[in-house]
Amino acid sequence: MTTTEPRIMPMGMAINEAMDVALGLDEKVFLLGEDIAEPSGGVYKITKGLSTKYGTERVRKTPISEAAIIGAAVGAAIAGYKPVAEIMIMDFIGVCLDQITNHAAKIRYMSGGQTTVPMVIRTSAGAGRGFGAQHSELLEAFAVHSPGMKVVIPSNPADAKGLLISSIFDADPVLFVEPMLMYWDPAYAGEVPAGDYRVPLGKANTVVEGKDVSLISYGRQVHTCKQAAEALAAEGISAEVIDLRSIVPCDEAAVMASVTKTKRAVVVHEAVTRCGFGAELSSRIHEELFGTLAAPVQRVGGKNIPIPYASNLEKAFLPQVGDVVAAVKRTNK
Amino acid sequence: MATTNRPDAPDRDALLRMFEIQQKIKTADERFRAMLTSGQVQLIYYSPRGQECISAGYAVHLRPDDYVVTIYRGLHDHIAKGVPMRELWAEFLGRGTGTCKGKGGPMHVTHPASGLMVTTGIVGAGIPIANGFGLAAQLSGTDQVTVVNFGDGASNIGAFHEGLNMAAVWKLPVIFVCQNNLYGEHTPMAMSTGVEYISERAASYGMPGVTVNGNDPVAMWKVAGEAVARARAGEGPTLIEARTYRFWGHLMGDAMEYMPKEERKAAMAADPLPAFRAWLLENGHANESQLAEIEDKIKALVDDAVDFAMNSPEPPMDELYTDVYEEIIK
Repeated sequence: MTTTEPRIMPMGMAINEAMDVALGLDEKVFLLGEDIAEPSGGVYKITKGLSTKYGTERVRKTPISEAAIIGAAVGAAIAGYKPVAEIMIMDFIGVCLDQITNHAAKIRYMSGGQTTVPMVIRTSAGAGRGFGAQHSELLEAFAVHSPGMKVVIPSNPADAKGLLISSIFDADPVLFVEPMLMYWDPAYAGEVPAGDYRVPLGKANTVVEGKDVSLISYGRQVHTCKQAAEALAAEGISAEVIDLRSIVPCDEAAVMASVTKTKRAVVVHEAVTRCGFGAELSSRIHEELFGTLAAPVQRVGGKNIPIPYASNLEKAFLPQVGDVVAAVKRTNK
Repeated sequence: MATTNRPDAPDRDALLRMFEIQQKIKTADERFRAMLTSGQVQLIYYSPRGQECISAGYAVHLRPDDYVVTIYRGLHDHIAKGVPMRELWAEFLGRGTGTCKGKGGPMHVTHPASGLMVTTGIVGAGIPIANGFGLAAQLSGTDQVTVVNFGDGASNIGAFHEGLNMAAVWKLPVIFVCQNNLYGEHTPMAMSTGVEYISERAASYGMPGVTVNGNDPVAMWKVAGEAVARARAGEGPTLIEARTYRFWGHLMGDAMEYMPKEERKAAMAADPLPAFRAWLLENGHANESQLAEIEDKIKALVDDAVDFAMNSPEPPMDELYTDVYEEIIK
């Protein structure tokens, strides 16, 4: 590939490139996780080639021991390293929740700032692959509810690279959630800048500009919102699509500016609706903009059920374009 | 402790350092308990009294740049690793001058300058984190070692299993010190643990395991020294089960109905610290005036720390939102 050609790649390759860049920039960066070294390079091939390039000390396979993986990352981070720990699938987070919420998140505060935990927990998540209830769920809400944790969920390859490099060099622990369905699907491929490309945390991206309603989302559901915006445009409704990129920190200024303009908002995410981040954001919008809103903020999320296996049921769990369009219509009555 | 001299004992310097650490722990503990029972202070307090030999026994082998991880019953480990008494007291009393600016408290004392890296309130959780310190030392090519302390109860939680296995697989320079005080909270070990000796579990991880009388300072010193030397040499981890007894139950105010009165009475009668003191005198390792001088010095140290902490202000309110993240995120 020459430098003049656009660098189009799937998200999985962009994430690999981010880790490659970080490993090359700083010898304190290392990766640990189940199966991440060669020959497999991870069950989703996201770390393909990295152990060959940087060695199995810095790209190290672990036992299937999530608490030990996160604990080792916490200790090494306090001692000056920048670990990137992989939890293969987000549903496995429960096994190491104590290490995340009680330790990674709280240690800076509990120590009065004497010790810090600059680490990243990469994990893959998302329904739509027939993996059933324990290999499909978005669980970001727990981390948003754990002061001390940052939470990033990218929606495209360039952001995935730029946000991951920023997360690795961030001073605090970051839960980095990778939408599993987007890893290698060419439909989600995009142009990715070369080299040390960084996207700051806490800076939302206005993906589509509009004036009638704000669709606020993150991760793969940004694409659902974009499709909804196209469908709404055909009906003469101009929807603005905001990609939050990170939900801690959350770019509330961008959200409030958009909703001040449109006076209507729909918050969209894949995690179950009940007590999801949408509930928090919807509440914040009401608190700030109640008097100026034309209609109550609407939420669209996963159904409040364990994720079903059968493909028709699994599809029904997921937010659909039609759900977003219907939610917009509810703000227009 | 045996009244005869011991050919395996360390030199006088190490013996007196161990005595000094133990005396500091005892003096600080007695003052905390006195201030609690008199109502001068209110705090959640887990007395380490009875277990001080263990901390002294490993601490004399450590350098300032070695790491220690401990638990909510951690005062003895904090003192042994050299956390300054003033800041330690201030932290226990929730003052802005504490090690953690009063934001951590007794269950989260941290003082990296002394190598006291983590104090956790979660049973077993320090074990996987200690591996991270060991891994950092291994990756950096230093010969720093990490001592992680936990109780007998922690050997029944998943983090123990995951952590010891990983340490063995990676040959990490970590010493796992199980301070077996025979009770996990209110439940005797026999009712919660399927082996007679926790050190037996080491075999299943492929690492050396040893049970030692944690109330015998010389034996504890020897076992800890071997484990530290092994770790420094890159030969991997060791599980030490140090048998001991906690004199004051799980936490202060505990009615201790679950501890047989006779058992506790016998343990307190065999208090390891006075026994160690007598042994030092009988075997010519020190004379009375030397030990009295150490004791007086420590009394003054603790008096000073109490004054410092009691006269220190609470943390300023502008500390509320700091140290959550590098920047303030509300």
